[in-house]
Amino acid sequence: MTEKTFMAGFGGQGIISLGQLWVYCGMKEGKEVTFFPFYGAEKRGGVARASVIVSDHEIASPLVTSPDSAVVMNMDSLPLCEEVLKEGGTLLINSSLVKVDTKRKDAKVIKIPCNEIAEEIGDVKIANMVMMGALSKATGAVALDKLEAILKSFFPENKHKFIPMNMKAIEAGRAAVK
Amino acid sequence: MAEEKRLMKGNEAIAEAAIRAGCTAYFGYPITPQNELTAYMAKHMLDHKRTFIQAESEVAAINMVYGAAAAGARSMTSSSSPGMSLKQEGISYCCGADLPCVLVNVARSGPGLGGISPGQADYFQSTRGGGHGDYFHLVLAPKSVQEAAELTYEAFDLADKWRMPVMILADGLIGQMMEGVNLPAQRDLATLPKKPWAAGGQAKDHRPINHVTSINLVPAELEASVKARFKRYDEIKAQEVRYEEVNIDKAELVLVGYGTGARVALGALEMAKKLGIEVGLLRPVTLWPFPEKRVAELAAKGKKFLAVEMSMGQMVEDVKLAAAGKAEVNFYGRCGGMIPTEEEVLAEIRRLLKK
Amino acid sequence: MELIYGHPKSLKPIQTKYCPGCGHGVIHRLICEVIDELGVQERSIITNPVGCSIWADLYFDFDSVQPPHGRTPAAATGVKRVHPDHLVICYQGDGDLAAIGTAEIIHAANRGEKFTTIFVNNAIYGMTGGQMAPTTLIGQKATTAPYGRDADEAGMGYPIQVCEMLATLGGTKYLARGSVNNAANVRKTKQYIKKAFEAQLRGEGFTMVEILSPCPTNWGMQPCEGQEWLEANMIPFYKLGEIKNLLGGAEGGK
Repeated sequence: MTEKTFMAGFGGQGIISLGQLWVYCGMKEGKEVTFFPFYGAEKRGGVARASVIVSDHEIASPLVTSPDSAVVMNMDSLPLCEEVLKEGGTLLINSSLVKVDTKRKDAKVIKIPCNEIAEEIGDVKIANMVMMGALSKATGAVALDKLEAILKSFFPENKHKFIPMNMKAIEAGRAAVK
Repeated sequence: MAEEKRLMKGNEAIAEAAIRAGCTAYFGYPITPQNELTAYMAKHMLDHKRTFIQAESEVAAINMVYGAAAAGARSMTSSSSPGMSLKQEGISYCCGADLPCVLVNVARSGPGLGGISPGQADYFQSTRGGGHGDYFHLVLAPKSVQEAAELTYEAFDLADKWRMPVMILADGLIGQMMEGVNLPAQRDLATLPKKPWAAGGQAKDHRPINHVTSINLVPAELEASVKARFKRYDEIKAQEVRYEEVNIDKAELVLVGYGTGARVALGALEMAKKLGIEVGLLRPVTLWPFPEKRVAELAAKGKKFLAVEMSMGQMVEDVKLAAAGKAEVNFYGRCGGMIPTEEEVLAEIRRLLKK
Repeated sequence: MELIYGHPKSLKPIQTKYCPGCGHGVIHRLICEVIDELGVQERSIITNPVGCSIWADLYFDFDSVQPPHGRTPAAATGVKRVHPDHLVICYQGDGDLAAIGTAEIIHAANRGEKFTTIFVNNAIYGMTGGQMAPTTLIGQKATTAPYGRDADEAGMGYPIQVCEMLATLGGTKYLARGSVNNAANVRKTKQYIKKAFEAQLRGEGFTMVEILSPCPTNWGMQPCEGQEWLEANMIPFYKLGEIKNLLGGAEGGK
């Protein structure tokens, strides 16, 4: 199994944290992982992008040029993801912010209203965690089954109070994939 | 209990490995894409009560390294391509004064200010003695975050062993990406090699005084000292050449790449295999000394070569030199911060093999 | 019998290669006298500049480190950080300190690096053969200022008063300017050096003694004329004395 994922959204949507936590969980589940953020000269704003790979084997190129799955967190990211997604790949779309249909008729499309689900749980900022749950369910690349212990080692102590909310978001994202 | 595997950026893993190797003096200047390295050192060197200075320039930083190394410390600086150009004067002096130190280049794309995206266009500068004068120093090229940590750790030992700078030549991708890494053990500073040639501490044993210098205005003497250094280079070539091979035996075509370029080449090799095309990979880990003997052997066996680089073709010249006209040497590269894709390299393989 | 005068122990008993009338030899001796008085020969390290005094390691009988031109303060920083209990002397000329190494001296001084710079100002490049230095006086001739230094019209800029410039920096604790043109000034200069070294050994911060020094060879003069020229031309512009003294204790100017 090798799952290559491309993630995109606007700066502030937590694309980088989503990618990092995804590979961190993968690593804790014994997988080989790489996470490569697109880095630019600007610090805020613009499109945030990350390439992540989770695999049972040594990973060759860390670049994701033809991803098995793509995460579209906002409108601007849709064309980027449509362009690179491999034939028949999975397109995970945050339908709270992306109201149009994709041109990629070959893709397996999963729409998750991440913002609404996150707001219901308590904070729109955890929309990225909702998406992570959906990604886990859709790809099966990272099981996210021993989540609590992993989150405790990922987040510093002073953030531990947010773990239950993050877990709820991940669960809700998983449940939202039919 | 063994330490748990950590998810780290290449830049951070290099920094942590340096601290564990016993680096007690780090000097740096901000430049993208290596900034996490300097920031990591800023925090952790001070936590370990070791020396960290954000220098006023790359020029000052390498000369602080020169001073600290002359005083016997395990010393390091890091930068990215334009900053490494500025350090070349100091590196030449370090080589001329036989000073061990570790230099990290998280390379970007040039020339000039160029871009901040990953590049491998500093190969010539790194492997040919980038400053003035007749000299070389070891150059190690990690392909992953794990290897970046391991090679950095070992670089300090190699530097002390051979009394010369050792460069880690990474690129923006290795520096910025995160992978799982098992970190090496923390060195006990008391067990590090003694440096009887260094300045300072004379009161302990009342030894004769030491001069750390690269100057010698007597041509015959200077020639003798340069020749002695080149003898050492021959020993290094005999002992320290390192490379990794994949699927060489079955292959008619051997890909040659280092660092990120080798990762891409490996991806293309795997894709080719699925199509029933057997290609091999030769990945130099030491860029200086280059695995020239191995290339020559493979050339003699009738293998063809395809060098894959993030440049307009620099390492390929070492492949050609080693193949010495006995084998076909091809090149595929991207530059300007573009990274070749596995698909592009595969297409080149198929074009060359007509398969 | 008490020895009241002799060759300093930390200065090798050999003749220097410096030209007749050059100030370096006297300055070397002053440094060594002070080192002997402080009893720190075996824990002294000098970083030599590029320039005539690159030969200093032939004469000083203690460890030395020889960095690139102008980078002396950066290298001295590295040395001192590794050996904080040593006396580190950063020996520099005017080209090394005030031209090619301006950034290094300013930032080392501003960080309050705890070494002592001995800045030998002879208003000319010596080793390379009499070119204009950053401290060359207005009107003074040099091979690269054949009609004399002309600040405005020829765009050669003004002579830099280094002590006064560094005095504005928070890290500098002791800045003094002496001269070796006559016995009285030599004695005073030695006091400045001693104060600076003692302050360094107490870990007080950046200390520097600028020393006006003759270079009759490149000034195109006889040795005696050089002493007179320095007195008449350099001292009026480069004022002697303690330019900044924030040292603690009895010696201090606090």
